[in-house]
Amino acid sequence: MSRHDAIVIGAGHNGLTNAAYLAKAGLDVVVLEKNDYIGGAAVSRELHPGWIYSNCSYVCSMMRQAIHRDLNLSTHGLLLVPYLGTINFGDGDGRLFAYHNPDAAHLELKRHSPHDADAMHRFQADLTRYSQLIRKTLMRTPPEPTSFRPKDIREFLFLAKQFWSLGEKEIYEYIRFFTLSAADFLEDYFENDLIKAAMASPGIIGTALGVYSPGSAYILLHHVMGDVDGNIGAWGLARGGMGAISTALAGAVKAHGGKIRTNAGVRKVLVESRKAVGVLLENGDELRAGIVVSNLDAKRTFTRIMDKADLPEGIFEKACNFKIRGSSGKVNVALSGLPRFSGVPNNRYINRGGQTFSGSLETMERAYDCWKRGRWSDNPFIESIIPSAWDPTVAPPGCHWMSNFVQYCPSALTNGPWTPEKRERFGQTVIDKIERYSPGFKDLIVHMEVRTPHEIEDEIGLTEGNIFQGELTIDQLFFNRPFPGYGQYRMPVRSFYMCGSSTHPGGGVSSACGANAAREILADLRRPNTVPQDDFHDE
Amino acid sequence: MVNRNGYTRLDRYDSIVIGAGHNGLICAAYLARSGRRVLVLEAAESPGGFAARREFYEGFRASVAHTVSHFSRTVADELKLAAKGLPSNFRVLPTVGLNTRQEHIVLQNSSLSGADIRDADAYARFHALLARFARALEPFWSKTMPRIGNNSIGEALTFAHIGFNLRRMGKRDLHEFFRIASLPARDLMEEYFESDTVKTAVSWDGLIGSKIAPRSPNSAVLTMLYRMSEQAGHAIPTTGVAGLVDALSASAKDLGAEIRCGQRVSRILVNGAQNGLSVNGVELASGEMFRADEVISAVDPRRTFLELVGAEYLDIGFTNRIRRLRCDGYVAKLHLALDGLPQFSGLESVDGRLVIAPDPDTVEYAFDDAKYGECPTNPLLEIVIPSIRDESLAPADKHVLSAHVMYIPYRLKGGWTDAARNAACERAIDTIERYAPGIRDQILHSEFLTPADLEQEYRVTGGHWHHTELAIDQMLMMRPTYDAAQYRAPLPNLFLCGAGCHPGGDISGAAGHNAAGEILR
Repeated sequence: MSRHDAIVIGAGHNGLTNAAYLAKAGLDVVVLEKNDYIGGAAVSRELHPGWIYSNCSYVCSMMRQAIHRDLNLSTHGLLLVPYLGTINFGDGDGRLFAYHNPDAAHLELKRHSPHDADAMHRFQADLTRYSQLIRKTLMRTPPEPTSFRPKDIREFLFLAKQFWSLGEKEIYEYIRFFTLSAADFLEDYFENDLIKAAMASPGIIGTALGVYSPGSAYILLHHVMGDVDGNIGAWGLARGGMGAISTALAGAVKAHGGKIRTNAGVRKVLVESRKAVGVLLENGDELRAGIVVSNLDAKRTFTRIMDKADLPEGIFEKACNFKIRGSSGKVNVALSGLPRFSGVPNNRYINRGGQTFSGSLETMERAYDCWKRGRWSDNPFIESIIPSAWDPTVAPPGCHWMSNFVQYCPSALTNGPWTPEKRERFGQTVIDKIERYSPGFKDLIVHMEVRTPHEIEDEIGLTEGNIFQGELTIDQLFFNRPFPGYGQYRMPVRSFYMCGSSTHPGGGVSSACGANAAREILADLRRPNTVPQDDFHDE
Repeated sequence: MVNRNGYTRLDRYDSIVIGAGHNGLICAAYLARSGRRVLVLEAAESPGGFAARREFYEGFRASVAHTVSHFSRTVADELKLAAKGLPSNFRVLPTVGLNTRQEHIVLQNSSLSGADIRDADAYARFHALLARFARALEPFWSKTMPRIGNNSIGEALTFAHIGFNLRRMGKRDLHEFFRIASLPARDLMEEYFESDTVKTAVSWDGLIGSKIAPRSPNSAVLTMLYRMSEQAGHAIPTTGVAGLVDALSASAKDLGAEIRCGQRVSRILVNGAQNGLSVNGVELASGEMFRADEVISAVDPRRTFLELVGAEYLDIGFTNRIRRLRCDGYVAKLHLALDGLPQFSGLESVDGRLVIAPDPDTVEYAFDDAKYGECPTNPLLEIVIPSIRDESLAPADKHVLSAHVMYIPYRLKGGWTDAARNAACERAIDTIERYAPGIRDQILHSEFLTPADLEQEYRVTGGHWHHTELAIDQMLMMRPTYDAAQYRAPLPNLFLCGAGCHPGGDISGAAGHNAAGEILR
């Protein structure tokens, strides 16, 4: 039996961030990872010789700049490359190209609709404003609405001041934006179907909502509020794959004296008189620690590695009712060359980077209807990216690696459980759709990995393969995340904390959850805070 | 006598109310009570709007709004409706969830019968929890909502009052409130109940009337809580739903208001004097004009501002906000003239609100059809036989079946043709027949009103129950938009008092009451 100051369960990016800050404060920290590799959903794995797959998360936009700098992630090998240039494929021959150059982008929109080209300025200005407000809350602990402690009241006043400063009209627009569907929200700006579909795509990624479901406008915002290169809405690729982020964070953990143990799955959190005292590993080892932090999602934490008897009444039920739905799949392919797409001019810029097969709002919604019925659509929404077009380290020379994120893929099928055959058929559906837009695509495939919610849960432990560790709906956001009353990273058992995306501010490779949790833990231990303040580029 | 403006003095009123729906009448009655000279102009031949009696077949009558729910007690008392023939206590109809296996369930107040004991217990818990929330929120509905940035003490107090009410429920309830207030109906039902019929029957009030499906987040629970306020429960007075309108008109007339029917207002007159624009009267379709110090519109906000006032008198931002209001109705109305009392298999008494919604998935899929502009394959219905309570609706021994058919789109793909209407009607009757075999032989006549028909006949945009979607972004101080949420239009002397205002539709009377309070302030 060994003893530590702190145990972090799960070496995902939030767990590692949390551990890095605890270690930086001088604590003896150990991170326990069940797999033989670290990173959780931010990994680079050589699943086919020569090809490095980021087989879960594939782009990065929300990584907090302050953390990146503070933990010296660059010196630990992290290089984020901004990526832009996306082809949006309509249902038929419609193609909408996203350009970095504002004039080119405007001209391209104008080709589809002069009205929408102008509306885009308004749309982007509005999104930027809304993001600015939310981003201020990312690296802050949400106040507890039932509490009268000075800290909570101060935090509420801070938020009220931010909110107030928007002005009356904006306050109402903001509330509207939080509750509307992506489709209704976009209806205010755009008239062209393809433009609407292209803009709506971030609104459904990872969620069990459709473009017509109220609340999906917020998901849209959640995806575009990243600022990887200081510009809101910018997306980045980690050179070497998403695993580079985890490796750099692990480097930071080690540099501050923290330890990481792989192949160390936790069977149970040990609780004595309502206080977490350590963990029991799958292999029977027992580790003791002053505090225990879980990077697992709320459902897994409370229903799998904790004993119901150790929890206060009602928590187990809350965890069971926690909405964490499997809705996404992933098809990763190794290609022998760069695919060519029909209806796309030969252009160095747009032929690389991303492809979004969104079709129209109705196509996207119908895919959601299939998910509701427990099957996948024949015409799914696919967001693809070819990182090797920007990053030569992830595929052999001349060859490419393509990540295809598929929305929607149910975690449970109506016609019985997932089988390898069904999984292959699901993968084939996705490939068939791409082939329709890129004749000859199939012939380029060297290797393919299909991941349904089932595989994602099995391998990296996200319940139902939900990429956000819990739906991003109002009932599970901010001080309600993961449950009302537990929005401040402290869980109902003393000395037990959560630091994963199940906590505020939710999913996305932001590291904010882990950092916020560390700040709260250090406050409880009366140690000096090591977590930096967030910085804003918009002030 | 002719005054300076060239109008006879008789044409001049203190207040003109456009539309004699229940909210218009309530507002008019309160204004008259305060001593104003009030004129109510109604386009139809009789007052009542959706609540008015409608003879759809010789001797058979029904109201489009077929039950009264959460009607304001204050209004009933203050306008002395009991003295005008309105029964003082409404007998609430039980809600019956019909089931093809004839395992019908019955919801009456806080009790559930017909389901297994676990669901019955769960329902008691569920009902108690929601009743506590509904009580805490009650001040929300009967008050004018504060306008953020207005900084008046009275309005700040409204917030404080509600905050206090919520906090008083205790930490545990408050946490639960935060969690479930925006939950989709389906998730909430899954947490409590086993039986599909119970799930759909209990969540029915959270869904009907709006474009909300069981899986839609944000608005269902608030809608349910709104309907649990005041005299909660759906009832049909012995004088019929229209009896309420009769009592209201009688009360308004008694208090001195003048009600003129068959007078369609075509324009709200705006005076463009040098001191800025202001409203000073209305013009009828006949060309006749009436002048008034203030005009109060019970008409839906979209029609009021875009058609009656006109965008040329309004700020462009405001016009845009009005234009984007979601007003498409999703409920159609079916009226059947029956030869006798219909028999539903396995059901002893048909004196209830019978809900046909087999399970949450069927409801969801019906919604899916509607969102693409198609009629649902499996229509969902809420049926009442109003002639049981109000015998004047049908000849002796004959009956009227009145049904709301949910998720019938206002914008049907290909448009509403007679054939499309007939098909939808037949499908609804087929559905009823599955639960009431033989009902077809009893049918003397049928009438099916699509949302488009309701728009046409009742002059309500989109044929929408609530005039505009009762969704969280169009509720409270955002109803219909933030700059008209205090019943005051952004044009001096123009007010709103209909269902498009806070707190919303249904025959609750709160909007008319609150608007009058605001005007008289």
